Parts: sequence; structure tokens; C-alpha cells
Amino acid sequence: MASQEILRGEPSRGSFINDPRIRSLFFQTLVVILLFSSIWWIVHNVIENLQRLHIASGFGFLKSRAGFDISDTPITYTSDSTYFRALVVGLLNTIIIAVAGIVLATVVGFLIGIGRLSQNWLIRKICTVYVEVFRNIPPLLVIFFWYSGVLAVLPPPRESIHLPFGSFLNQRGFYLPRVVWGDGSWLIGVALLLAIAMAWFVAHRARQRQLATGQQFPVFWTSVALIIGLPVLAFLLGGMPLTFDFPKQSTFNLTGGFWIKPEFLSLLLALSFYTAAFIAEIVRAGIRGVSKGQTEAAAALGLRSGPILRLVVIPQAMRIVIPPLTSQYLNLTKNSSLAIAIGYPDLTATAGTVLNQTGQAVEGVFIMMIAYLVLSLVTSFVMNIVNARMALVER
Amino acid sequence: MQEHDMSWVRTEMALAQPAPPTERGAYAWVRKNLIGSVGDTILTVLGIAIVVWVLPQIVNWAFINAVWTGPDRTVCTTASQGGIQPDGWTGACWAFVNAKFGQFMFGTYPVEERWRPILVAILFVALLVPMLIPRVPRKGLNALLLFVALPIVAFFLLVGGVFGLPHVETPRWGGLLVTLSLSFVGIAVSLPMGIVLALGRRSKMPIIKWLCVVFIETVRGIPLITVLFFASVMLPLFLPEGVSFDKYLRALIGVSLFAAAYMAEVIRGGLQAIPKGQYEGADSLGLGYWQKMGLIVLPQALKLVIPGIVNTFIGMLKDTSLVLIISMFDLLGVVKQNFADPNWATPQTPKSGLIFAAFVFWLLCFGMSRYSMYTERRLDTGYKR
Amino acid sequence: MQVREWALKWELHSQRKKIKRRLAAGAPVTEKGLWVMKHIAIGILGAAALGFMASAASAGTLDTVKQKGFLQCGVSTGLAGFSAPDDKGDWKGIDADFCRAVAAAVFGDASKVKFTPLSAKERFTALQSGEIDILSRNTTWTSNRDSALGLDFVGVTYYDGQGFMINAKKLPGVNSALQLSGAAVCVQSGTTTELNLADYFKKNKMEYNPVVFEKLEEVNAAYDAGRCDAYTTDQSGLYGIRLTLSSPADHVVLPEIISKEPLGPAVRQGDDQWAHIARWTYFALLNAEEAGVTQANVEEMKTSTDPNIQRLLGTEPDGKYGADLGLSNDWVVNIVKAVGNYGEMFERNVGSGSPLKIARGINALWTKGGLQYGPPIR
Repeated sequence: MASQEILRGEPSRGSFINDPRIRSLFFQTLVVILLFSSIWWIVHNVIENLQRLHIASGFGFLKSRAGFDISDTPITYTSDSTYFRALVVGLLNTIIIAVAGIVLATVVGFLIGIGRLSQNWLIRKICTVYVEVFRNIPPLLVIFFWYSGVLAVLPPPRESIHLPFGSFLNQRGFYLPRVVWGDGSWLIGVALLLAIAMAWFVAHRARQRQLATGQQFPVFWTSVALIIGLPVLAFLLGGMPLTFDFPKQSTFNLTGGFWIKPEFLSLLLALSFYTAAFIAEIVRAGIRGVSKGQTEAAAALGLRSGPILRLVVIPQAMRIVIPPLTSQYLNLTKNSSLAIAIGYPDLTATAGTVLNQTGQAVEGVFIMMIAYLVLSLVTSFVMNIVNARMALVER
Repeated sequence: MQEHDMSWVRTEMALAQPAPPTERGAYAWVRKNLIGSVGDTILTVLGIAIVVWVLPQIVNWAFINAVWTGPDRTVCTTASQGGIQPDGWTGACWAFVNAKFGQFMFGTYPVEERWRPILVAILFVALLVPMLIPRVPRKGLNALLLFVALPIVAFFLLVGGVFGLPHVETPRWGGLLVTLSLSFVGIAVSLPMGIVLALGRRSKMPIIKWLCVVFIETVRGIPLITVLFFASVMLPLFLPEGVSFDKYLRALIGVSLFAAAYMAEVIRGGLQAIPKGQYEGADSLGLGYWQKMGLIVLPQALKLVIPGIVNTFIGMLKDTSLVLIISMFDLLGVVKQNFADPNWATPQTPKSGLIFAAFVFWLLCFGMSRYSMYTERRLDTGYKR
Repeated sequence: MQVREWALKWELHSQRKKIKRRLAAGAPVTEKGLWVMKHIAIGILGAAALGFMASAASAGTLDTVKQKGFLQCGVSTGLAGFSAPDDKGDWKGIDADFCRAVAAAVFGDASKVKFTPLSAKERFTALQSGEIDILSRNTTWTSNRDSALGLDFVGVTYYDGQGFMINAKKLPGVNSALQLSGAAVCVQSGTTTELNLADYFKKNKMEYNPVVFEKLEEVNAAYDAGRCDAYTTDQSGLYGIRLTLSSPADHVVLPEIISKEPLGPAVRQGDDQWAHIARWTYFALLNAEEAGVTQANVEEMKTSTDPNIQRLLGTEPDGKYGADLGLSNDWVVNIVKAVGNYGEMFERNVGSGSPLKIARGINALWTKGGLQYGPPIR
């Protein structure tokens, strides 16, 4: 009884129960005991259930033959490959869609976000309508819409739309000529690397010169000339070692060439257009977050509107933009799991198939969770580095 | 001394001249907003081109050529597909939405029992509207009815099995009923969970702090589909033999766990925004931890993050559409399920159905985001100095 | 000293109350809302636990089913002829009728059954976890499912095989699956179909491009939209799916059958009594057809003097074949009254009485050259 203790005249601070350290220790021990006992209970149940139902367990299944085919395989994979390889294919597909989606969403999002702040009334309104429409409907719906839209608009393979450079567009996807590297093409790679190195060097020197003398040097155009010119030179010198594999009509589909499937295409468009609406809002908030005094001060220094945007506004806006941008990138990566709805073989879809073929639900879901966690952590890590470089250096 | 003749100084103010014609009226507006520079003009032309290209198509498809009523697929198919429309016709098949409207709203909830969800909806709206209008008094009683009485009434009304109401099992629920009930109950469960997690994450006890961090970051790092898979395939194995959850409840658990992690981060933002003086003030009054949090910190923090909570709710409403992947039929699921109905399979059906679903989601989400912005502005005034 | 401390405590207490009141006046919504939220959550969880949690004693499935008063039956999310909901949400099809037959055997009332639609992925966990009592969802009987997944198949209600369907209008020259090299093939993921497809093309050294979806409706939609050249699944399924396409007449089912797909209901492993009930319900359906007992004549057949029919219908003096199974003696009468015999069930759902119009073929009784053979009830 608390009241009796107080009546006995013990100082309340010294009371065993009221010592915050002991309390905290007590609560934490309690939580740990509760946690471990519930984990023990769950594990016990799982083991008992699996044994009772004669369900296999363990990760041994990863080494057995998968037996099913996957439509998009960035690495060699046949139905004879292992379950493990099938999961790797799924993971690679997730990474591909995430990276492509992030790039496209960023480009579209920045354009729309800047468009919402445009002087131009019409552009502003169009961008607003875009943002308000896409932000408020579920991404899954956007994906279905693109997919049924893409399938409905495009013609069947025998009536493919011919595009320039021997590419085709039809219901089965987008066919591009594939570059086949011949002998001596390594020269082009070397030239490209060399060009990049030289461009970096030129940029470095130009900056030093500008700091020392104030003279400017057209770095951008020099770099472009270097990066395009050197590989072209190497290409000509190497005796033009490139050939193209053009897609050709066969009985059912086009064969050969580089083939982008409609599932990938619609997933990419849906994810990036959906995420772009959010990125646009972030960009808008970022640019508006840079105080007007900054722009006016830059203008007073005699900078024109291009350099003002490039040198004054954007670097400051990026500081506001990057943290929420990171979470949008993470969202896009996670939303790529919706691929399962339109049959793009990403990690969720392949892991789901593996789970179903083997019946090992616990292991399947576990692998899925770990893979996505690692992906999220890597994305956050990269963005944190970018953020650290962008952050305000206080003097 | 001769008085200076100051006649060169005007004694009365000059009359204000109207702005030059180039700076006023419609012309100036157009000049400023549409053709300010060469680049602007090009953009405007492009914009007009897009609008002129897209808008008539949409209007034609959705309104002018659309079919509003009809008994079956023939009204929405062209002659060559076996219907009554002329060849080359394209238009929305709202007749499909019209015919399936009951299913879109309630799924396969028995027709003779549908007055129950309708009654719940009416009660919900009747309690929600006064809650949302700041001027209406008796907010406390209102909240009590909306958040305590209504869920209990709704539960018994929807599930049935008591007071002579036939039991309607959850696999027969569907459509907007599932979408709204999942997200509403999910938010009601995830808010307290989120508060506990957020407090835990800011706790001084290392073990509790790290448990909360691990939970929050793990859930935020994985997609909702994985969480739903977890809830639908793994949860049954976690329970002892013979005990099992309803699928609806499993989805609810998955959605709530997921939302709780996001909610916790939103609330943590609010907690961090409360000045330290408030905590210290509470301590100096001799308040215990829960009193400090419950009476001083949380009321302020929650008020700050109302927009964030609404945004989480919007996200959750959108995310409930994913339950179709674990074969439950929310609004989107029911719409998609009905594409397969041979009576209504036409080339226009999927488009019309998806646009209808998109419109419903859009209406709900847009409405909420507008309301959240309004609240934000209203509450903001209190913090201006 | 002590009194002072008391007083201090009391003052603090009343102060807290005061603060509480003041706060309540200042920010009524949020604070009360919070309190309220906490309590609803508890209320809802409690109510939900009462309302949703189905607890099955580990005794035996039969006792549990009898106790809860209905049979929980796992079906597909919609496959015409096997299990598909009609406009009113009533489940139709062979698989759904089989569950009704079991319910009729157990309760004498075919309406005491509730259906749970399951995707291919969920079906096994649902049965394993006890969410459903019987899985009757066009599921192929394989050794692995019997041994490693904790299932126990009770029989083959439909002998099927995997086939291909193509759009003959778009692909006029194709009349054999062996011509499909290079084709895009639509298939549902997580099924034996997906594996058979890979094996078949590999065996015949042909290339193909799989287009894989999670759900049947999605595969149908993609095939109908022209995303793939061919559609593969069990032949019975192909006939059902053809009806839902936008122009059914354009599509033909190719003659090749590339696999054995014995489809049948399954129960949880380790409950022999329950497995026997399911198994003998199926055999009873077959025996009823063999003996000529139909939904229409079952009442008058009860007076039959044929000992075979007497044993079947439980009218044999002091026969207790039903009671031995844990059922009533007139269990077969109840089954046949509810769903008819196997032949009637077949014709009504997938045969001549249905839009699918599938011939009995190998699903005819053994006496008519088919594979359906019911061991005798005696």
C-alpha cells in the first residue's frame, strides 16, 4: 500500500517503486519477457503446425529445380534453373523497374513541378490538373488503366506500327534494334572512359582558372564534344565493329532485336506518372521554400534568369527537396511490387510463385521481406550520401 | 520681402491616370500569363494543342457517345461485335456501371439485407458532417457517438447474427463497403498503435526504443503487398491448431500494422515539434509520464499533425485496393471481377469500370485532402505570433 | 511532516484534475478524440475477436463442423462450371455442389455450407490453418501435394487434362499445339499448368514466351485483349473461359492434351473420419448414378427391394453404413435429394444442361467406358 509507506515517513524519492531507473529496468524486462514469450509461442505454433501438416521446412528448396518459366530474364534462366535463380531474376527485375521508374518519375516530376510555378497560366493549370488527378487515385488503378490502355490502343503483331530505325510497336511490346558488338568494340569503351576522364579534367582546370582569373570556359560544350567525339572516332578507327540485330516478323511475333514487353512498359509509365505527381509537389514546395530575397539579390548582382535558377535557387531548393524525395523513391520501389497484378515477374511475383509451388509460405514471405528491406536500406543510404553533400555547410 | 511665387509647384494632386492599355484588361492578362515571351508563347501553343486534342475526345467518350442505361452488353457493342451501336463507335459504357452499381457498393452482400450497410452509411454521414463543420457545437458528444457508438452499432448491423438479423459472413462483403470499412477501422486501430509506437520511439528506455525503431523501420521498408501476404499466408501458421481468423480480419490486421508504422512517424514529427518547455513544465507540475503525455504533449502534438494523419488516411484508402491481390473484393476488386461477366464483356467495359472506380477514389481522396488543407489553415492561426 | 506530504499529494492530485478540466475546455476534440479512439480500438478488437474468430477444437473436423452448424468450403474465385458466383452471390458448379453434397450428408441440409473464395496461392494455407473444412477448388491431385503440403485428396471429381486454346480467326493455319513454337502463351501462376507448359515446350524443343498472371480473370482479360497467342489451362476450364470471351466463336481448343489433371476435393491430413466422409460422399454420388437413383426418383427408390439400392439408401433392415461413417443412415438420400447423382451434377454444371456443353468423355461411369468408378457401399 502506497499510502502506508508514505505514512511510515519514508522519503518518496528513495522508494523502491518510485526510482525511475528501477522502474525503467522493470518495464524493459517485462517487455523483453513478453516479447520473447510471444515469439516462443509463435515459433512453437509454427513448428507444431508444420509438423502436424507434414509441410516441409527449411531453405533446402532453393537448390531444387524451379520448373516454371519467367517472361523477363535479365540473366540466363530456364525452367531447369533453381528456385534461387528464379528469385534472383525477380529481384533483378524489381531493381530494373525501380531504377527506370525513379529516373523517369524524377524527370516528369521536376517538369510538372516547375510547370506549376510557371508564369504561363495554361501550363500552370494543366500541371495542377495532372497533380490533383494522379495524387488521388490508387496506384494499382493507374497500373490497370495503363495496361488495358496500352493493350487496347496498340495493334496486333501482324499489323505492327513501323517506327524509324527498324523499331516496331505492337500489343506484344516495343521492339528496338539490338546493338551487336563486334571485334574491336572494346576500343569504343576505352575511348568513352578516356573522354569522361578528360571532361572531368577540363572542368577542374576551368574552375581553377575561373577562380584565379575570372575568365570562363565553355565546359559544357567541350565535355559534350569530348564524350561524343572520342567514341565516334574510335568507332571509325576500329573499322565500324557494330552491327544491328533488327526485329523480324515470324509466325507469331517479331523475333530478334531488343524487346520491351507491354507489362514493363505500362508498369513503368504507371509508377513514374503516379510518383511524378508527388515529386512535382515536393519540387514546388522546395522552390517556393527559397526566399524571394535570394532571387532578387542574385538579380541585383546581375545574373540572368538561367544562372539564377541554376546557381542560386536550385541548390537551395534541393536541400528541402531531397529528404521527401528519398521517401518517394522508396515508395516507388515498394509500389513496384504491384507488378504482380499485371504479370510482370518482379520479386513479389516470382517469390509468390515459388511459395506456391513449394508450399513453404514462411520461407517465401521471409525472403520477400528481407529483399525489400535491403533494397530500401540501400536506397536510403545512397540518398543520405547525396543529402549530406547537398546539406548546408555552416561556417 | 516679396512673396515667392510658388506657382510651379502644383497645389492639388494630379488625377490618377488609368494604367496604359497594354497593362490592363483581358489583353494584359493574356500578355502576362500566356504570351509573355517567345518561350511562353510556344508553351501556350503546345498547351492549347494538348487541351484541344484531349478534351474533345474525353467529352465525346464520357458524355456525348456514352451509353447510360441498357439491359446487357448489346447496348455497348458495335454491330460487328453483335450489338446495336454503329461500327466504329466508341463511348463509355455507363450502363455497365449502372447495372452493377449494387455490387460495386456492397459486393455480394445479400440484396434483401442491403438496407443495413445503407443505414450504417447514413448514420456515418449524419455524424461525420457535424463533426467536420467547426461551428457546430457539442463536439465531444459527437465524437463519442461517431467513434464509440457508431462502430459498435455498425459492427452488429453489418455482421448480424443478433436481434434477429441474419448473419452475413465477411466473404460476402465487397465493393465500397469493404474499402471504407477496412480503411475506417484500420485508421481507428492504427492511430492508438501509432501513438504508442511514436512514444516508444522517443522513450528513454533503450530496449523499448529499439523495439519500436525496428518495428517501424521494418514495416516502412517493405511493400504493403508483402505485409498482406504475411497476414494472409503466415498468420494462420502462427496460431495454435484449430484457431483461425477470418480473412477480412487478417487483411485488417495487415493494413492496421502497416498504417501504424506510418502513423507513428507522423506523430513523432508532431512530438518533436513541441517545445521542450512544455515537457519541462509538465514535469515541474509533478505530472507522471502518462499524464504529461496525455494531458500536455499529445493534445498539442496531435493537433499539429492532423494534416499528416489525414494524408495517412488518404494513403490507406488508396492502399486498401491492394487487398484484391489476396482475393478480397474491395471496390476495385469488384469492378475488375465484373469485367468477366459474359453479359457485359465489351471492349468499353474495362475502361468504363476503371474510370468509375477512379472517380470514386478521387472524389473521396480529393475531398479529404481539401478538408485537411482547410483544417490546416484554420488551426494555423493559433500558432501565428 | 507526514500530514504535509499527504496534503502535498492531494493538492497535486486536484491540480491535475484542474489541468485536465482546463485542457478539456481548451482542446475538447483532440483530447477526447484520443481517449475515444483508444477505447474504440479496444472495443472493436474485442468485438471482432468475438465475431470473426472461428475456433475449431482439435477434436475432429466432423464434430467441429456439426458444432458450428455449417461446412466451410474453399472454392475458386470464379471458374464457370466448377465454382462461380451468380448475380445473387450463390455459388454454382461441380465443386460447389460437391460441398453441398457433403453438407447434405452431414446435416441432411445442403444449404448449411458457406463458401470461401480462394486464389491458387491461398488455397493450401486456408485448408492447413483450418479456415476451411474442405477444399473443393479444381485442384490437381499430385504426389507432392499429398505428401508435402499436408493435404489428403479424397477422389477425382473431374478427370481433366491441360490443353491450349487459340484465336482461329487471327491464326488461321494453326491446328496443333506443336505449331505453337515462338508463341506468347497466357497462363496462371502457381499452378501445375505453369509447370506442365514449361515441360511440354522443353520436351518438344519449342520456344515460347510465357505471359503469367496471378488471377484467372487477369489471364482471361489479357488473352481476350490479344496479349497472347494461346491460352493454356485445364481443358474444362478452356471451355468455360471461352464463353466469357468477347467473341467465343472465334476461339478453338486445340486437340492436344499435354498432362493428366485429376481434379478433386481435398481435406486436411490426419483426420481419417472426415476424409472418409468426403471420400464416401463422392463414391455415393457415383453409386447413385450407377444404380439409377436420381434426384427425381430417390423417394420412390426408397421402397426398392434391390438389396444394392437398399444398402445405398439406408433402407436395408438393420444396415448401419451411414452410422458407421458418423452420419445418419439416410445420408445418401439426402445427398441425392440435394444435388442429384454424379451424372446429374455433371450435366447440370458442365455438360449438356450448361452453356459449357462438355461431353462426359472419360468422366463417364466405368460401365460406360469412362474412369468414374465407385467402390461398393456394403
